[in-house]
Amino acid sequence: MAPHRDLPAGLMHNLFQNTGNSSFTDFLGHYAPELLQRRTERLAAPIGDQVPHATTIAAATFAGGVVMAGDRRSTSGNIIAQRDIEKVFRADDYSCMGIAGTASTGIEMARLFRVELEHYEKMEGRTLSVAGKANRLATMIRGNLGMAMQGLVVVPLFAAYDPDRDAGRIFSYDVAGGPYEKDRYDAIGSGSIFAKGALKKLYRDDAGADDTVTMLIQALYDAADDDSATGGPDVTRKIWPVVAVIDDNGFRRLGDEEVAEVVQHMLDERMISPDGPIAPLR
Amino acid sequence: MTMPFGYASPEQIMRDKADYARKGIARGRSVVVLQYQDGILFVAPNPSRALHKISEIYDRIGFAAVGRYNEFEELRLGGIRYADVNGYTYDRSDVTGRGLANLYASFLGKAFTEQIKSLEVEVVVAEVGETPDRDAIYRLTFDGSVFDEHGFTAMGGQAEAVASRLKERYREGMPLAEALEVALAALTEPGGERPAVGQLEVAVLDRNREHRKFQRLVGPRLERLLARPAGQQQAQQQAQEQAQEPSQEQPAQQEGGQPPTAPEGPLDDGSGG
Repeated sequence: MAPHRDLPAGLMHNLFQNTGNSSFTDFLGHYAPELLQRRTERLAAPIGDQVPHATTIAAATFAGGVVMAGDRRSTSGNIIAQRDIEKVFRADDYSCMGIAGTASTGIEMARLFRVELEHYEKMEGRTLSVAGKANRLATMIRGNLGMAMQGLVVVPLFAAYDPDRDAGRIFSYDVAGGPYEKDRYDAIGSGSIFAKGALKKLYRDDAGADDTVTMLIQALYDAADDDSATGGPDVTRKIWPVVAVIDDNGFRRLGDEEVAEVVQHMLDERMISPDGPIAPLR
Repeated sequence: MTMPFGYASPEQIMRDKADYARKGIARGRSVVVLQYQDGILFVAPNPSRALHKISEIYDRIGFAAVGRYNEFEELRLGGIRYADVNGYTYDRSDVTGRGLANLYASFLGKAFTEQIKSLEVEVVVAEVGETPDRDAIYRLTFDGSVFDEHGFTAMGGQAEAVASRLKERYREGMPLAEALEVALAALTEPGGERPAVGQLEVAVLDRNREHRKFQRLVGPRLERLLARPAGQQQAQQQAQEQAQEPSQEQPAQQEGGQPPTAPEGPLDDGSGG
């Protein structure tokens, strides 16, 4: 009996209260604020270097969809905290987010964001518009600004398939919020400079989903090549980047074999040309 | 509670409340919930596209209701909050249909005893499991009673008549099209006309789906499912005839002129075109 004893004290009386909108975060904020990560503690000393940090995420659009890929490394200062962390999360059927920065805060944020989108969908009987989802994520990042100022920075990258346009869309953020809609491709995290440099030369408008996957895996390799915090494909342990494709069929995370094949092909070619594909001069 | 005049015994008050609620619930149309091969099927005749009687609560949990819309909508929203808070606090797998049924039971029971007007609603909380024997269907009445149903249930409108028609036709492990056919046959009075496709709200909890099991069946897919049974049943009849199952032949013989093992024969005419 009484499973609601599990719920935070007092919440039980408020489950049937109308808060005036369909936001899960707002409901928690009213009745169970302790479940949200709106921390206001002052840290005696910045701990930014002591907690695991998630690193590089890259995304690129193709005709009728978008692909997001993330490496698998998290670092605490100069230590590799985890080799197989997952930083690309399914948000709902047609969107996903990747996180860079403080891993724990980012994972929590992704979990909350997923519930937030689903909650709205169930309450209202319709899905949020892509812009609505992107704005909602901006509000959540803004809520973390206090901790970001103390070193627990987290910055997501949001990608979604927009059924109204039949196109993929990418949204970027900064510590204070956003969103900034990005054309064609974007990357976040410590290796993002190198990933973006690679994508600039590799991106082509006529690429399909498969070519876009290859493009992003090349970009992540380039990021890992020059950024110590980004992990390359781990051939011995068979740890591959997380790759997600979103198109009108919805979100699909590529299986390990699929990614392994692309990675292997890329590695074979890099045995001959270590810096990867060479862009034509003119 | 203060009475304007005279004295009414507690028994009388409760009885009056219960009668009031029962009448309200019986005014609407019935909703049917039943198990099929891959999960649980919800069928409700509902002319409105926007005001749903059937809804998703969580990954494996669905909701169906009859009675006053504003009252069961409040229950639905509260249930979604309960499920999402629990799933966020712990893990998604920790949200159960049983927990939700208990929450509703306590809310309904409290409203029935404490408020002048009890809620005029009846709801079903259904949860799809990994295997058919882990499926659960809970039916809750206006006074907070919980019924753990096996296989199928009907509520609202002429619930008892619908349930008995459902009982005649239901069997375990039916494919989706057949289960839908059974549900519609149960919802249609003998000799009555079936609700048109546009007047139906149909949804499933499909255990084979990833992440969220709940799915509404609308448009072409629903039309295909509704169009299929006539042909499919014939195929099944042949299979059954070959298998020579005596128990399956029993109801057919009551139909007299109808071909064997086609109890729904006369009802097919309405949707056949």
